[in-house]
Amino acid sequence: MSAAPTLEVDNLKTHFFTKAGVVKAVDGVSFHVNAGEILGLVGESGSGKSITGFSILGLIDPPGLIVSGAIRFKGEDLATLNEERLRSLRGNRISMIFQDPMMTLNPVLRIDTQMVETVLAHENIGRKAALERAREALALVGIPAPERRLVAYPHELSGGMRQRVAIAIAFINKPDLVIADEPTTALDVTIQAQILFEAQELCRKTGTAMVWITHDLAVIAALADRIAVMYAGRVVEAGTADEVIAHPLHPYTHGLLGSVPTRNQRGTRLTQIPGMTPSLLNLPDGCAFAARCPRVAQQCCEQQIPSQQILGRSVRCCKPLVAEAVA
Amino acid sequence: MITTVPVAVATAAPIIEVRGLSKRFVKRLDLAGRLAARLGSGAVEETVHAVDHVDLTLAKGEVVGLVGESGCGKSTLGRMIAGLLPATEGEILFKGQARASLDGEEARAARLAVQMIFQDPYASLNPRSRVEDIVGEAPLLHGLTTRKGASDYVDSMLTRVGLDPDFKRRYPHQFSGGQRSRIGIARALAVKPEFLVCDEAIAALDVSIQAQVINLFMDLRRDFNLTYLFISHDLGVVQHIADRIAVMYLGRIVEMAPTDELIAKGPNHPYARALLAEVPRLGREKRKFRPVKGEIPSPLNPPSGCHFHPRCPVAVARCSIEAPKLRVIASGRHSACHLND
Amino acid sequence: MSIAEAPIAAKPKAVVETPFRRFASEYLESRVAAFALGLMMVLIGLAVLAPWITPQNPYDLAQVDVLDSRLPPGTKSSGNYTHWLGTDGAGRDLLSAMIYGLRISLIVGVMSGLIAMIVGTAVGMTAAYTGGRVENLIMRIVDLQLSFPAILLALMLIAVLGKGIDKIIIALVTVQWAYYARTVRGTALVEARKEYVEAARCLGLSSPRILFKHILPNCIAPLIVVATVQTAHAIALEATLSFLGVGLPQTEPSLGLLISNGFEYMLSGKYWISFFPGLVLLVTIVAINLVGDQLRDVLNPRLKR
Repeated sequence: MSAAPTLEVDNLKTHFFTKAGVVKAVDGVSFHVNAGEILGLVGESGSGKSITGFSILGLIDPPGLIVSGAIRFKGEDLATLNEERLRSLRGNRISMIFQDPMMTLNPVLRIDTQMVETVLAHENIGRKAALERAREALALVGIPAPERRLVAYPHELSGGMRQRVAIAIAFINKPDLVIADEPTTALDVTIQAQILFEAQELCRKTGTAMVWITHDLAVIAALADRIAVMYAGRVVEAGTADEVIAHPLHPYTHGLLGSVPTRNQRGTRLTQIPGMTPSLLNLPDGCAFAARCPRVAQQCCEQQIPSQQILGRSVRCCKPLVAEAVA
Repeated sequence: MITTVPVAVATAAPIIEVRGLSKRFVKRLDLAGRLAARLGSGAVEETVHAVDHVDLTLAKGEVVGLVGESGCGKSTLGRMIAGLLPATEGEILFKGQARASLDGEEARAARLAVQMIFQDPYASLNPRSRVEDIVGEAPLLHGLTTRKGASDYVDSMLTRVGLDPDFKRRYPHQFSGGQRSRIGIARALAVKPEFLVCDEAIAALDVSIQAQVINLFMDLRRDFNLTYLFISHDLGVVQHIADRIAVMYLGRIVEMAPTDELIAKGPNHPYARALLAEVPRLGREKRKFRPVKGEIPSPLNPPSGCHFHPRCPVAVARCSIEAPKLRVIASGRHSACHLND
Repeated sequence: MSIAEAPIAAKPKAVVETPFRRFASEYLESRVAAFALGLMMVLIGLAVLAPWITPQNPYDLAQVDVLDSRLPPGTKSSGNYTHWLGTDGAGRDLLSAMIYGLRISLIVGVMSGLIAMIVGTAVGMTAAYTGGRVENLIMRIVDLQLSFPAILLALMLIAVLGKGIDKIIIALVTVQWAYYARTVRGTALVEARKEYVEAARCLGLSSPRILFKHILPNCIAPLIVVATVQTAHAIALEATLSFLGVGLPQTEPSLGLLISNGFEYMLSGKYWISFFPGLVLLVTIVAINLVGDQLRDVLNPRLKR
């Protein structure tokens, strides 16, 4: 990697100050993404992965607040920028794809109106040129007969098509970074496969860096170059996709992979992680996973475990599964 | 039509048999619409063939996985089997007797014997009832326990699904998604069913919680000799737990085969093949996606003949004219494709 | 027999948090609404304790002397108390008359609201349960009812029924029940499609049981919101009718009638006879509306929580 990473998140902490207490949704998350690369941010509900995505774009509203850490996008620290500057970046150099395409699409406006609006908000190239770009963007995401889709309203399109349009809108200004928050979770398997394929192609072609947030390990295995696994607001393991999946070092990653049915012999009991994620209001002093970890030791509960570099990856564990990995 | 039972469960009798079951939703024209039609606007009654002449047999103790994408009718089929939706055509037999012809005590027993586990752990529990009422109301009403014994009965149900009985006076909103799923399972178990329809029962849960609930299903099956119809869009899960898999597309079953065969020899029907290929896997090698082209057609206007022919890579002329029947292609395997002839 | 591993549960909250307790704490988050609720409690308290806290019973003719009429606020009375708010045209102490009037207004408003709620809920649930033509018929009647201006309908009814507190309540119920019916029917339809109702059917519970034990409790929330707003409407409507002279008789005046009585004196500078009852009426209605607003906010986003 000769060039600096497109996005570098450094010890990000986003807390929510609610009546019931402080919810430490993101509590010290660090990762980086290079140009043209897809990073899979994997975690279950309550892991803080979506909040991380929103923090990057500055979409955190009170009672939430980025309390510390840096989000370096091509050198600029997004956490310190004012709203004006953030707005000029959003939709332009950094864009987001949401799980529900209707969060992107306005149901009462036509597709072409919305896409042209996105273009013209950042570049004054005239309506005709903007329309042409819109048509190209739709073709880029594999939508057949883009001219017909342009004049349609969102409700006239199927779920998969709407999500493709949302992706097209995300890519229309040729951004450097795209954050995708579970964009295919709500879609059927065949449509999901198509969209994954197209997203991968797009990133390769345009050199865009992508952070793909998901809870589905299988999706990310096929798609991502690198993976960061989150648990209770922290990154517990990060590395190349091949390595993390083949030889997980953190017991949580190991347990998560073991929970997937296709990794177990048919008909046998799935290896399950007992218990549930801890409440983010009340995180324990030491490792957040200690209560559920099969390898827990005294030192795990005493203090927060720092992230260390092992075998070319970062792991947040005092007893990582090195032996199994190296074997 | 098809009553062959898989070899593995050969001696088990069919507990549920579905013959020619169809469900059509008709959107009738109201007064304004009929007037408009008279005046030549071309407005017609819209019919959705949600389920189209399905035959299915489930033997006692087996797990049949029903897979398909949205609009294929699997949920509708599940609800008809559970008795929640009346069928438009066809019949459902419970232990050999047509369910519609039962009455009184027999009908009640048949109703209680088939229970459903729902998808949404949030909407499937009454937010204003305590857990002990949610689980205990039906058994008390049907005489499965007395008022005195109700508390212990509820405790035993909760323990069986892995919940702490101390929490039975809480309300649903105080539990996590996985725990609510368990409460729903306890509620179903409380009436001593023989057959469970699991309609995407784990889809809304986290992966690690899914593993817990899948294990729970497997344990309960063994302990109570339950039969499952496991409806899911997640082929990975279905492959793991089902003995047989039926694949649906736009209201019809297109393939049915024992899971082992399906994995070992691959599916026969082109749609089933595509579905299996599309499932993202944890393989270390990066897979090349060869997606199925086109979109799932609207059930309001399904393609003629074989529903899959517009997207099928190997379709021939006959496919657009004639709908293929589900035929036996090998021992225990059925497929609905003209190319098998 | 092995049991699925009991999860090491993050235990649910230590206190059994009933839905009501959670609702109460959410309601009190707004200071304005809490204040409005407190104000309502004060007004209700005043109305209930009327015979004991008022210096004079304005409808006991022995205590009232017409020579005391139209005295300005602060005048000493012939008894041993002060007319803090003056007296009205018949010599009644205005403060006392107002508190009694508040009592009548509240009774009429709340009673008519309650009866309308019961009637409307019954009709709405019936419509939701039967469906088909019967439901259509009922809802068209509801629509018809709602398209009549409330005042017009009430005037027509009173013209037919005559005066009296019970006739007023009947008129107000007739005007209001349709709002409740429509609300309940809508909510019942939504709830009936939810999975917990399907589960109840699967478990063999009877339809009446499902309706009353499962669906109805979940319809209460929007009902409460409608009830508070409608009660405010009823009070205002009754005041209007009384002001027009077709409402309650002089012997049981509500705030509206007091305002009406004082109207002729407005231009001659004796403002207090209309002003103070008007003020109390305004404060009452605003308080009820504020409570209703907060209820709506608290009970609505519940769906997202």
